[in-house]
Amino acid sequence: MDNALKKPSEPTASVAVLPKPPELVPAASVIQLDGLSVTFGGRPILRELRGELRGRAIGLLGPNGAGKTTLIHTLLGFHSPSFGTAHIFGRDIRSEAKQIRTQIGYMPERDSFIANMSCVHFVRLMAELSGLPAEAALERAHEVLFYVGLGEARYRKVGTYSLGMKQLAKLAQAVVHGPRLIFLDEPTNGLDPPARQRMLELIRQIRDSGKAHIVLSSHLLRDVEECCEEILIVKQGRIAVYCNLEEERKANLKFLEIETRGDREPFVEAVAALGCEYALTTEYRLKLVLQNGVEIRDLYRIAGEHNVQIRRLNFKRDSLEDIFLKAMEGGNGSL
Amino acid sequence: MAVYEHTYKPYAGPLTTEWSRFLVIPRHAFRDVYRSKFFIAFFALCFVCPLIMAILIYLHHNLTAMAVFQVNLRDLAPINAFFFRVFMGIQTSLAFLLTVLIGPPLISRDLANNALPLYLCRPFSRAEYVFGKMSVLLILISTITWIPGELLFFFQCYLDGTGWAASNLYVGGGIFILSWVWIILLALLSVTISAWVKWRIAASAAFFGLFIISNAIGFMVNGVLQTRWGHFFNLFWVLRTIEDGLFREPNSAGLPAWMVLSTSAAWLSFGLFCAACLFLLTRKVRAYEVVR
Repeated sequence: MDNALKKPSEPTASVAVLPKPPELVPAASVIQLDGLSVTFGGRPILRELRGELRGRAIGLLGPNGAGKTTLIHTLLGFHSPSFGTAHIFGRDIRSEAKQIRTQIGYMPERDSFIANMSCVHFVRLMAELSGLPAEAALERAHEVLFYVGLGEARYRKVGTYSLGMKQLAKLAQAVVHGPRLIFLDEPTNGLDPPARQRMLELIRQIRDSGKAHIVLSSHLLRDVEECCEEILIVKQGRIAVYCNLEEERKANLKFLEIETRGDREPFVEAVAALGCEYALTTEYRLKLVLQNGVEIRDLYRIAGEHNVQIRRLNFKRDSLEDIFLKAMEGGNGSL
Repeated sequence: MAVYEHTYKPYAGPLTTEWSRFLVIPRHAFRDVYRSKFFIAFFALCFVCPLIMAILIYLHHNLTAMAVFQVNLRDLAPINAFFFRVFMGIQTSLAFLLTVLIGPPLISRDLANNALPLYLCRPFSRAEYVFGKMSVLLILISTITWIPGELLFFFQCYLDGTGWAASNLYVGGGIFILSWVWIILLALLSVTISAWVKWRIAASAAFFGLFIISNAIGFMVNGVLQTRWGHFFNLFWVLRTIEDGLFREPNSAGLPAWMVLSTSAAWLSFGLFCAACLFLLTRKVRAYEVVR
């Protein structure tokens, strides 16, 4: 455990740079969707999902009713696929559900616990149900409760916990057996900012340990942006977008947002003459895409020639919100 | 890993065998059950009858003791099939009350706390979950029915010799089978009601009501339609008919012949009750309820 995570430190605001996982092979398929379809009462909820998810931390996004939770439940074996199937770590969810569940941890969205049990007893029970012998389960329950920050409160009954503590208890039961894949369904629901940061820090630590893959379903784009390297956006039961956030950002490195003062007409015409596409957004702002061979200093030079002040110049990296909104506008992403 | 090393660590140790994991549920459930002093007192009370019966059997074979007490127990309380039927009657009644005490919250508490997804997201099937919950009752009721019953039977066989044992072998079988009929029915009904009725008091009332109402309906149908088939839905009577068959004493209640249910019909009814319970359990015990 030399390369394992250290105790949660102060949260960082920006998206963390993801180190290479020490143990997991990034190229290995975590979840493979093979035309997965789920129908309830004749109503299709998931429609022929296809693709291969490989990331260490995959954000699952989509509007309400898009099918995110149904997808997680189907992968866990709670619902049977009506057509197609999926594989987790190469195992078929139709025929090898039990073997798959030995390698999975699940943190449900809703409150789920056994109210009249102490937290350590509750987490121990969950560990034993996962197959750990009684002594090992008790030891792991203590360890994991210290890890999530409930060490001092571990003998209290779960029913007496605050919402934030209940969320941490749910996380503890999801990781107590050391799963290789952890499904987190809205882990920051109802948490105040410090508790939310604490939860996100824990998720990042598990991700960076390289010992478990994470699928994080959330409505909060910021949470996904902070924790995930890949995103899967589901819309009306279909995959709208599946992409790597870092790669998306790199692809948009030449996308500029500029604020100017002065007569900008001759300036933008001169920029367009260099082959750069542009769009005027407001009275003072414009967006443009730099062509190969065109440098920033060329823009300053042209601005000087046309007596235009460049007050602000930003590299506009597509935020997750932009990607999400684009997906919601109708574009079908591809894998 | 020591608790001060706050890290995420996969588990690499040995795992328990799959078939034995359902036993985790009763083990943890017993911790809760034995916290109640009332339950412990009641459970202790359940062993009074077997103790008295054992003393009676012993006295039967102890001429000195009979001479001291100046009582002829062989005439007063002969050790025969009826003796063991009385034992079973008392113990199964206690088993019924024990089920009312601990049965209703078994599944309802998990449903109320939305805990089923936590059980079922693990390598643990719905059948194992239900069997695990049922085994709380299976184990406890066994300790007050067939286990002491068979001990008494073997005690009597030991004291009376092989002649008595050979002619009363069916009694030993009857104790075992009848106990399991009661255990299976009580456990299945209890967990089914527990799965469908979340409120503990209502679940206990429903459990009582099912026996009382089915008894009333059975007699009502028989009376109005002049038939025996009303008893087909009468749980008490179904169990009594099975008991009569096992102890070779048909129509021990002395009902008119047209009202007596056949033993095979009673077994069929028992099977249908169990099947209905299993069906209802499969409808309710799910990780998530799908609203169609």
